[in-house]
Amino acid sequence: MIPLLLAALLVAQDTSAIDRGVRIGIIYRPGVRPGLVALPRSGGGAGLDSVRGIIARDLDYSDRFEIITLPGGDSIRLAASSTGTPPKGSTSRGSSRPSSATGNALNYPLYQALGADFALDITRVGDTTLATVHDIAAASVRRTVRATLPPPTSPGFRLAVHRLGDQVVQAALGVSGIGTTRVLFVREGKVYQIDQDGADQKLVSSTNRQAMSPAWAADGRHFAYMEFQAGKGWLYLQEMGTDKRTAVSTTGTALDFTPAFSPDQQTMVFSRATEEGTDLYSINIKTNCCLRRLTVGRFSDNLSPTFSPDGQRIAFVSTRPGLPQIYVMAADGTDQQLFAPFDYGVTGSSNAPEWSPDGQSVAFHRDVAGTLQVFVLDVRTRTVRQLTSVGRNEDPTWAPDSRHLAFVSDRSGYRQLWIIDLDTGRIRPLLQQSGARLPAWSPRLSEASTTTP
Amino acid sequence: MKSVSLLLVLGLSVATIATSCGGNPAPQNTTPAVDTAAENQRVRDSIAAAQAEADRLAREEQERLARQREADSLAALSRSAEEVRNMLATMVHFDLDKSNIRSDDMGALDQKVAILQANPDLRIRIGGHCDERGSDEYNLALGNRRAQSAKQYLVSHGIDASRIETQSWGEERPLVDGHDESAWSQNRRAEFEVTSGGDNLRRPS
Repeated sequence: MIPLLLAALLVAQDTSAIDRGVRIGIIYRPGVRPGLVALPRSGGGAGLDSVRGIIARDLDYSDRFEIITLPGGDSIRLAASSTGTPPKGSTSRGSSRPSSATGNALNYPLYQALGADFALDITRVGDTTLATVHDIAAASVRRTVRATLPPPTSPGFRLAVHRLGDQVVQAALGVSGIGTTRVLFVREGKVYQIDQDGADQKLVSSTNRQAMSPAWAADGRHFAYMEFQAGKGWLYLQEMGTDKRTAVSTTGTALDFTPAFSPDQQTMVFSRATEEGTDLYSINIKTNCCLRRLTVGRFSDNLSPTFSPDGQRIAFVSTRPGLPQIYVMAADGTDQQLFAPFDYGVTGSSNAPEWSPDGQSVAFHRDVAGTLQVFVLDVRTRTVRQLTSVGRNEDPTWAPDSRHLAFVSDRSGYRQLWIIDLDTGRIRPLLQQSGARLPAWSPRLSEASTTTP
Repeated sequence: MKSVSLLLVLGLSVATIATSCGGNPAPQNTTPAVDTAAENQRVRDSIAAAQAEADRLAREEQERLARQREADSLAALSRSAEEVRNMLATMVHFDLDKSNIRSDDMGALDQKVAILQANPDLRIRIGGHCDERGSDEYNLALGNRRAQSAKQYLVSHGIDASRIETQSWGEERPLVDGHDESAWSQNRRAEFEVTSGGDNLRRPS
């Protein structure tokens, strides 16, 4: 039964050949997602077109809407004005405008006929950018979000626009988007950040030493990573924006790697390789106190910790069954037990677990017939499902919405970062560069986490 | 040896001169005493001169030989130090996802044991490496296992553990670029480098 289900999943997911750079969507549940149309406007000054472009892409990448593109440019708009709902003020703006600036006279029946549940209209009044979300069925404005955006040349511009986009998602569906997030990753031994829409790639690790395993703190203002130095592995904490970094106080004596912050950011749990093998340790990074050993592997290794979002449990990799598999324990190291089930002698190595922000799932990768595939463990039922099957896919990391995963894949012929939406199965490349790996998706970034003091 | 025989020959000839002079005094009895004294002085002088010449030759020969010996042994020394260094740097290799020492690598490790024993000041670092197929982070643990495994072999054969550092590079420093078994098998390795005491390495006896 389970193999059958698995086979069905494999057929349903991730089986299309993917052209480089082309976003391929496999819609699992057609009709479930609400349709959204972004009203075709242009102009408005001061980068309003790029605001519209960035937000339209965020809405698309949220995978929560069926994005409706209006066919045929002007023809549809002309048709719109001939359907009997005379747009107020359209005479002064010309017939190519389907609605007025305030949008309260939108041609709702037309957009309904096109399958839209929402229409988004982005306009500007003075310094204020307005994002008006129309409820098509109710034929009314659902909500208008206002924002004072920094100039497009400002470094905070894109993130401010993403924030507006997230508010649009919130206004339409009552859930937050993931526009204001970034992904840290390693390329050629250095840590980079990139916006979730692929913009603004930037080097963040500050030395020429080889770095690995970036990890975010829950506030989105700090991150940690490991760096090879004098034969050891050093853990560093770094502040976003200022690039100020400090070595974790107890590091430098051994090979420390795979740092993970507890959700309250008091504790860092990490792997330490010594003569005895690799085990998990914790340290209070606020007081630089109390190094504690959480596992005693002896003849097995324990590594790659990830906290549950309530901070109570830690999932990790252990080689105690002979090859690496996914285990779980209480945050103090007690009650260690198998987490992701496997068949002895059949199931391949399992590694790189990451607990989802909603606490319900743990993503990891597993060796399947000599290559790696991304799996998701359901925490409550402790069942696993295979998510990918095309090429080699590894090191999954959750977006804060717990439905998108970034991961490393060579499906396009070279190894780079991709994003998959678990609900729809849609997959898109995050980068067009080879060699990117070990991604870590940020929490939603607040204003404070992105302003450079 | 050459110089000793040369001295012997010289010594013998000196003895012959002395004997021929001292052993045949009768025909000279009528000669005046002063002549005898002068003759004795002349003989003594010639002996001394021969002796000085012999000493000079011997000294020169000895110096030449010493220089030669020194040059020979320096060349031999550096030749053997180079050889020892190479033996020490010989890598050992591992099977996929394994960290046990393979039987075909034990000879190489035994050589390192002998070198470490012959050079008590020598300290080394063992670096464990992996191929690209495993998980990036797991490979740090696996590389550590490999380095420890090589170290354990040396320690179990009598080398003080404090002389051996270990480190793991996971798959971060491949020896060979490539995505086939040939590259992978070369990259699954432990490397040995000298951290101190590596000058004038002595050959194991």
